[in-house]
Amino acid sequence: MFDFSLLTNWIHQALTSFMPEWLAVTAECVLIGLLLLTVYALLALFYIYYERKVCAAFQCRLGPDRVGPWGLLQSFADMFKMLIKELISLKYVDKFLFALAPYLVILASMLCFAVLPWGNGLQVIDFNIGIFFLIACSSIGVLGILLAGWSSANKFTLIGALRSGAQMVSYEISIGLSVVTMVVFAGSMSVGDIVSAQSDGWFIVKAHIPAIIAFLIYLVAGTAETNRGPFDLPEAESELTAGYHTEYSGIHFGFFYLAEYLNLFIVSGVATLLFFGGWMPLHIPGWEAFNSVMDYIPSVLWFIGKAIAISFIIIWFKWTFPRLRIDQLLSLEWKYLMPISLVNLVLMVLIVVYGIHL
Amino acid sequence: MEVTTKSMPYEDWKDNEYIEGLVKELNDNGANVIVGSLDKLINWGRSNSVWPLTFATSCCGIEFVSLGAARYDMARFGWEVARSSPRQADFMMVAGTIVKRMAPVARRLYDQLAEPKYVIACGACAVSGGPFRKSYHVVMGVGKIIPVDVYLPGCPPRPEAMIYSIMQLSRKMKVERFFGGVNRQEKQQEFLKSHPIEGIDD
Amino acid sequence: MADIQERIATLYPDATFEAADITVVNIPDAQWHSLAKTLRDDPELRFDYLMTIVGMDWADSLGCIYYLNSTSTGAHISVKVTTNDRIKPMLHSVADLWAIAGIYEREVYDFFGIVFINNPDMRRLFLSIDWKGFPLRKDYDADENLNPVTTESERQSDFTDTWVEDENGKVVKKEVRVFGPEDFVVNIGPQHPATHGVLRFRTAVDGETIKKIDLYCGYIHRGVEKIAEQLTYPQTLHFMDRLDYFSAHPYHHCLCMTIEQAAGIEISRRAQVIRVLMDELSRIASHCLFIGTYCMDLGATTMLFYTLRVREQILDIMEKTCGARMTFNYECIGGVMQDLDPNFVADVHKLLEVLPANIKEYNKLFTGNVITENRLIGVGNLSREDAISWGVTGPSGRASGWACDIRKTDPYSIYSELDFEEVVRTEGDSMARFKVRMDEMVQSARIIEQLIDNIPEGEICVKVPKVLKLPKGHWCRFVEGCRGTFGTFIESDGTTSPYRLKIIPPCLPAAAVVDHITRGFKIADLITIGGSMDYIVPDIDR
Repeated sequence: MFDFSLLTNWIHQALTSFMPEWLAVTAECVLIGLLLLTVYALLALFYIYYERKVCAAFQCRLGPDRVGPWGLLQSFADMFKMLIKELISLKYVDKFLFALAPYLVILASMLCFAVLPWGNGLQVIDFNIGIFFLIACSSIGVLGILLAGWSSANKFTLIGALRSGAQMVSYEISIGLSVVTMVVFAGSMSVGDIVSAQSDGWFIVKAHIPAIIAFLIYLVAGTAETNRGPFDLPEAESELTAGYHTEYSGIHFGFFYLAEYLNLFIVSGVATLLFFGGWMPLHIPGWEAFNSVMDYIPSVLWFIGKAIAISFIIIWFKWTFPRLRIDQLLSLEWKYLMPISLVNLVLMVLIVVYGIHL
Repeated sequence: MEVTTKSMPYEDWKDNEYIEGLVKELNDNGANVIVGSLDKLINWGRSNSVWPLTFATSCCGIEFVSLGAARYDMARFGWEVARSSPRQADFMMVAGTIVKRMAPVARRLYDQLAEPKYVIACGACAVSGGPFRKSYHVVMGVGKIIPVDVYLPGCPPRPEAMIYSIMQLSRKMKVERFFGGVNRQEKQQEFLKSHPIEGIDD
Repeated sequence: MADIQERIATLYPDATFEAADITVVNIPDAQWHSLAKTLRDDPELRFDYLMTIVGMDWADSLGCIYYLNSTSTGAHISVKVTTNDRIKPMLHSVADLWAIAGIYEREVYDFFGIVFINNPDMRRLFLSIDWKGFPLRKDYDADENLNPVTTESERQSDFTDTWVEDENGKVVKKEVRVFGPEDFVVNIGPQHPATHGVLRFRTAVDGETIKKIDLYCGYIHRGVEKIAEQLTYPQTLHFMDRLDYFSAHPYHHCLCMTIEQAAGIEISRRAQVIRVLMDELSRIASHCLFIGTYCMDLGATTMLFYTLRVREQILDIMEKTCGARMTFNYECIGGVMQDLDPNFVADVHKLLEVLPANIKEYNKLFTGNVITENRLIGVGNLSREDAISWGVTGPSGRASGWACDIRKTDPYSIYSELDFEEVVRTEGDSMARFKVRMDEMVQSARIIEQLIDNIPEGEICVKVPKVLKLPKGHWCRFVEGCRGTFGTFIESDGTTSPYRLKIIPPCLPAAAVVDHITRGFKIADLITIGGSMDYIVPDIDR
């Protein structure tokens, strides 16, 4: 498996050879920032296209197929248009908060990118509390949504924002608990360690029952966290027109739109990291030839591929299930998911203590 | 200049003279090369990403639903992102009769759309009052309250006709000038000036 | 009928009787409220269902015709109440006896300016608050400058007027608050994805819980009834397509039947069979679209695409015969416009083959889903008594246990010869309303199956005079539309165009009852309940 740290180290050495250390680090930071922004934009556009195609397939349609080959450029056209669309200034809004909100939302998802394990040695920063950082960052998003709903001075957005606040705060508990469950098993909060611990088998296999339970809970809570159907109450189209971002136009709306898809990627990426071995290729013990073929696929592809596969499931949810009601949504979390996760956590501890795992 | 569309021969379009006239009018001043190609890029984005506002009052609205369904599938053109909030939509398909009580609402929806905004008057009622011409409560054509870009006759128009009308709209977008030159928005401003509403300053 | 007449005559000696297709009782306004109470409560009469109130302008007098029906005996009666005062016409309200009367009286007030004493809410229903004149009066001034097209927002008032009688019998006007200053009022509609058109609910909420809903109609009021007065009878037909565009055929059928009855035209057996076939096909198409849009309201968008598949197939069949996808204009006075397409029978057979599999798929995907069950079961309960009092007919009424299918209770055309079941459920919640429609599709398919292979030969349209004049009199017929009991009332003065054409829509009660059944539920339930009533706004507004 190619180790990307060789490449990054080489770049670092090349830079330090003709410039001072501090300048090299600054240049690297700028480089990484630009690279991340590009990846961010490309991924979001890909995801928009992907969802539209997948949803079309579920609905016996074709989906976008006229702009560019197979409609691949459709989301680019959308983005171009959104960039130059008018930003409507409204009279009775809180102007500062109104403008701040979309950036907060986009910031939350950008920060999460820093700790995702993109590939072997390809991680922006490997904290010893990486997972913790991830959960903390993703919570900033809810602040953006609340601000957006509140500052718009519109009753629909307000209801949408409050729904979203209640929903995201609640479901974060489940996400946190299922992450903690896996952290208990891995014995580390560092993203790098968690991935390398899965080199001899993914956690979903190694930690069997509690890992599967944790995965299912994570998947449900993650869907809720990204405000996607069947938990899309904050922007329930048939109830609240467009929910908390009703009053946003142009690129500000574009930020919300992109962030939704990016969050989808992040949720699937974290699921990949915790349960499906991050960038680790698929290895089946005993099948040496198969394993070595798998090793030839670059680790970046493994990570993104797995994340996209999990996203498929979440998209599948959206286009199949009807929406929940707010009280049902909250009772699902507080009455079912949270107790189950707590019990599951205990189960995991027992399994780790008695070593009943692969 | 021929305004062409993917997999549709130029001769098959109706109203080519109109578009040609529009192009001529826009090109009279001449454009410089950089601005021209920027315009092309922007117009490519705009004309390929035409998001409708979910706005339907009667029968035509149901045909619009059929347009989204598997058989006609407007998603092929990228039009399926129907936004419920006017702030995020590009054009408003006035699908159905507009009556006097609805007129202020339709006008407000139009005002809420973000620039660049377009209107398709869809169906006989929205074009001219249609079968309700003699009514005391129907607005005889939505053109009386908002500027219309494309008129689409029919009662209700078939989904194919709707596809055609949105393609015509997208053709119109293709020849616009974002930077300098004559702009269709001037005409729109003129219209809005002659149809003012109180209490709203832009 | 004679018994009822006798009984009324003994109690109210002032009452006079007119023979018509439904017996008319003439009663002075002063005794009307007490007669209404007797009609409703008397154990032998029990006219518990108010079908409609037809406002009338007879030039020298204004008045109303009340059409009543007894759900236990099936008897019909109509009551005529008039006033000669054209400046300040007043009648007594019966809004306390039948819940739906409140809305119907508002409609009459809107069109004729008749004030109903003791009606708690006397606002205009369809026209805006500042509208000048009463359009359905014969002396209405149609000058465009009086009521111009405006883009100024409509004046909004939190108050309503009511006229009450004080103890001296003097009528005084009072102002009543609809919403208090402390209410958090959310405006849902008229442009809202879930109102199925342009209906408007002003909703007072407490958090997410609904406290009160105020219904605003008229955002697509097109004045069909007034236009029809200037047109000849065949010309009025095409408006039926544009009322309820999902079930255009039954509506057409109804108006044709009314005119044919008045003109004494017998239509051929073939035309009758074709009409019934078309009615049932459009019932399936309409219910398909209902299921689809309803699921979309609930967030399950994919279902819409599955149901539209079947609908497209039906539209194809219709298009081949009628030449249009939605506004068919197919039934005409004396029969139907064109003969069936040669492939009609084969196409319908194909449809009948795929239909059961599709219904099974819908059930699998949606009905059995745990989220669906949580959202629908026990939400928006409507009891049988309320359904009758509010006049909620059709599938929504049958979901509340009220067997109100006109095809069974008062069979028209050839329905009495057909073998099908009336789908009635007793739960009265949103789920029941959904399931009734599902099952009705099966029943409609059953009717089609019986007819499709036995379409008799014969002429499709009998000879009708080129210039059709109806004799003097009035007629009222009802059919089972896809959304409930649809009726047309025609008053003729012997000329070629109707003196008054009243359309009796099933959707107005369905929308009016929403306030009653959503109180205490959540905002999200408003969408579920409103959707399950399945109203079509142009049908409400006409």
